[in-house]
This record gives sequence, C-alpha cells and structure tokens, in this order.
Amino acid sequence: MSLSEESIVSTASFDVERVRRDFPVLQEQIRGKELVYLDNAATTQKPLKVADALQRYYTNENANIHRGVHLLSQQATSSYERARGTVGHFLNANKPEEIVFLRGATEAVNLVAHGYGRQHVGSGDEIIVSQMEHHSNIVPWQVLCEERGATLRVAPINDAGEVLLEEYEELLSERTKIVAITHASNALGTVNPVRKMVNMAHKCGAVVLIDGAQGVPHMSVDVREIGCDFYVFSGHKLFAPTGIGVLYGKKPLLNAMPPWETGGGMIQRVSFEHGTTYADVPMRFEAGTPHIAGAIGLAAAIDYINSIGPKVIADYEDKLLRYVTEQLEEVDGIKLIGTAKEKVGVVSFVMDDAHPHDIGTILDTEGIAVRAGHHCAQPLMQFYNVPATVRASLAFYNTRAEIDALVTGIRKVQEVFK
Amino acid sequence: MSELRELYQEIILDHNKSPRNFGKLECVTTSQEGYNPLCGDHLYVHLRLEENRIEGVSFEGSGCAISKASASLMTVAIQGKSVAEAERLFEDFHSMVMADVAEPVDETKLGKMAIFSGVREFPMRVKCATLAWHAMKSAISGDESPVSTE
Repeated sequence: MSLSEESIVSTASFDVERVRRDFPVLQEQIRGKELVYLDNAATTQKPLKVADALQRYYTNENANIHRGVHLLSQQATSSYERARGTVGHFLNANKPEEIVFLRGATEAVNLVAHGYGRQHVGSGDEIIVSQMEHHSNIVPWQVLCEERGATLRVAPINDAGEVLLEEYEELLSERTKIVAITHASNALGTVNPVRKMVNMAHKCGAVVLIDGAQGVPHMSVDVREIGCDFYVFSGHKLFAPTGIGVLYGKKPLLNAMPPWETGGGMIQRVSFEHGTTYADVPMRFEAGTPHIAGAIGLAAAIDYINSIGPKVIADYEDKLLRYVTEQLEEVDGIKLIGTAKEKVGVVSFVMDDAHPHDIGTILDTEGIAVRAGHHCAQPLMQFYNVPATVRASLAFYNTRAEIDALVTGIRKVQEVFK
Repeated sequence: MSELRELYQEIILDHNKSPRNFGKLECVTTSQEGYNPLCGDHLYVHLRLEENRIEGVSFEGSGCAISKASASLMTVAIQGKSVAEAERLFEDFHSMVMADVAEPVDETKLGKMAIFSGVREFPMRVKCATLAWHAMKSAISGDESPVSTE
C-alpha cells in the first residue's frame, strides 16, 4: 500500500462521533445550548483516558519519586520516567534525558532565556523573533536583551501572515545568538517553515528555539528532522492537564546550562563545607517535587493521540479548516486575518460594525466558545491595525455541524448590529 | 436570546453607532486614559471642571459596543453635574453592575444608565461597562496614571 492510499484509508476510518464520546464535556449544555467548543488554542478539553490516569495515580499509586526505597515510590518513579520516554518518543528526541518537565511552554522559554541566553548573549549581540510571536516568546527575550545590552530583531511577515524568508535571512548574522520562532501561530494559524529557518540560523551559528504550543496538538513533530536546538510546548493545549509542560533541548546544550531553580531533587551532593554539585540533566532543571500526576496525564494524552494517529488528526483538521474558511468567506462583512498557505486549524477574523468582544458575547449566548481579544500577540494586532480579533480554533473533536453553528451565530451578530 | 436583547438594548446599540460627546473638548481642565487589556477598549475621557462642576465632558477612542455606549451615556448623564453628584452616580452605577442578577435596579437613581443592568449576566463585560466611569472618576481625583480595568 502506498503512503497516500494508507492515509486515505485511515482518514476514512476516523469517526468523530466516537472520538467525541471520549470527551464528556462536549455533551454539556451552555446557557441551555449544546456546547460548541472552538477555543482549543487557549486550552483543549481532556479525554477520559487522561482523567482516568490522574484518578488512578492519586487514588491508588500516589507517592513521591526518586528517593523512596518503598515499592509505591519506585512505581511512581518509573511512571514519571516512562512519561519522559513517551514525550521523547513523541518528539523523536534522541534520548529521554533531552526532555525536561516544567510548568508549561512559558516556563520553558524562560528557562532557555535564563540558562542558555545569559551565558551566550552579550552586548551587541542579537536575538531574532518573528512579528507573529506570542508574548511568551517575546518578553523573556526582551528582558534578556535589556539585561545583556543586546538587540531584539523582528522577522517581518506579509499580509497573509507568513514570515518573509528573505528578510529573515538578511537579519541573520554572526551577531545573531538565538532565534525564537513559533511552529504555528496561535493567533493566525500560520505554520512556519521551521526546518528551513533553522538551517538558515545554523549557518550563522545561532541556536533556535521553536515554540511548539500550537505545533504538537495539530501535527506530528520530529525535532531531529526540524533540527532545532530547543522545542517547547504546554501539556494543557495537548489534551493533558494544566501545570505540565516540556522543554526539549539537545543534550550538550542542556548539559552546559546552569540550574534554573535550585533545591531538592536537582543536586548530586550538598555540603556546607564543600558546596553543592548539581545533578545531570534533566533532573538539574526539575528542583522540588515535580508535577508527577501532570507528567503521567501528559503521557496518557500522548498515548491517546497516538491511538488515533497524528497524521489522521492532521488530515481531518485540515478538511475542517478548509470548510470553516470557505464558510466564513461567504459571509459579507467578515475579514479573515491570517490567510497563509500553510495553516493549522485557527481562523481569526474581524467584522464590520461589531467589535470582537461583542461577537464573543453573542456567540456565547449560543453556546459557542471562541476567543475575542489580542491572543497575547499585541505586536501582531498592531501589524494588522486591529485592537483584537475573534478566533475560532479547532481540535479533532470538532465537527462540520459545529462550524455551521458558528456561522449561524455570526448571522445573529449581524442581526443585532444591523 | 432574551438575555442578549437585555444586554444589547436599542439605546446601547444607538449610542454605539452614534456616540454623543465624542471627540475633543475645548478648554479641557483634566483628562484621563482608560484601557481594558481584555478586549482592547482604549478611550480618553476629557472634562472641563469649573468650581467643582462638570461644565464640559467628552470622550474619544475605540472599543466594544458596551464600553462605547456606556461612555456616551455617561457623558450625557454627568454633563452639568457637580463633582460630588458625578461621584455618587459612579458609586450607584458601579454597585448596580457589580450586584447579583436578582438584585432590583433603582431606576430613579440611575436613570438611563439602568439599561446596563444586563451586563450582570455577563461578568466578563462589567469591565467594558465601567471603563469610562473609572476614567472619569480618576480624572476628577487628579490621578496621574491611566486607568486599567484588567
């Protein structure tokens, strides 16, 4: 069977109604209406398998990890480390030690800015981000630049919301120490050509961090194929609990980084006379008792995604994205913001006469959950010269019927504001 | 739909479309900026105070229908009032939108502003309705830093 035949078969076997039964919240009523959850870029819903994994851990398996000699502690340790392995495999990392468990993508960016950035960025150096970054992939670099006397450069985008690669390449120089780029834009849906961008950056000797918060939920990610030095994401946007996130880093880079927080769990030896030596990576960056249940829940979420298949998910979402785009394009007075060729399931738009926040409220009365605001990407809003947009963001459990409900809701907005 | 009609009443839609006292004001004595980072509402309230009386008031900026209509209706309500009266109106308005949905609304105190009681069904929108009011109060008090309703 050829690859394309295989994908046709697997997409055909994807049964969205069956998948929806794994997410009890999707059967909830909101203001007397069936919930239409289109705020997946903010956070995704959790499948029963994840809730069950948390429940099982807390009810039957709870113990602290690493130090216990008792059986329960050993089991918790192996579940936690197995979760690391699951994440490593999911990203196709070389080794599980390249996976650091943190609170989320934000903490992961901060750790790299602190640990790698402070060692390698000095006065006169440059860091490059893109115009479409989330604040969490802007502010830590701004702070670092201020502290080190470095300059933050911004890779420009075109009106469709795509990075201008030639301009990006021109920004790169031997002064560039770090490039921090999102895999997929949370506000536009644009998927960046990260492999190409990493290659260009590496030619100048810069390291590259990819913000994968909107990458991993929508496509299969291979960090070795991308070639990036760091890749970060948050569990809760990947059907896992809040409070758990991941930093992937190439081992030699992580190894050379000083600790982030200090305390228990991240040391090799502590002595008042001889000082303290630190543990190897990844433990060095996991001071204190980590979010054990979160890591276990994240692994359960990844197992669940793998049981459907990232490729099947991507194909289904792509069809849904095309459908919602077509439907919205047919509504008079709607302007889509972000029309890149390569996109994940995010549609941002503004409307004549109605402010995004009013649209959000009216859709809410129809049970439709969307985001209205700047999506933590104010420089991007400034680029498009809008105060805010309405954003509908998809997951594989969304349906065409829900898209139809969104369009009906938008017609209602137009009725109110006619 | 009923709670929606309750929120987006004709008066509100009208003031959103054609805001009153919109724009600059001559002989301004005090101005204040108001910003609601949540939805990006951003406006300025300008006042001309003479002997503790609001002789002139206007606002400018951009925002959602609720924030714009609220600002517009506020300018109409406080025009010509004493500073103390405007402050009392602020308190009454603020208490109304913050009150429980079941709480009755005192229309004699609030006049036209009573139509904003609909925002109580939508707690996230209270900040939109109160933005201009906070800016006005802060302008009267002579605060220097802009108002934010985050």
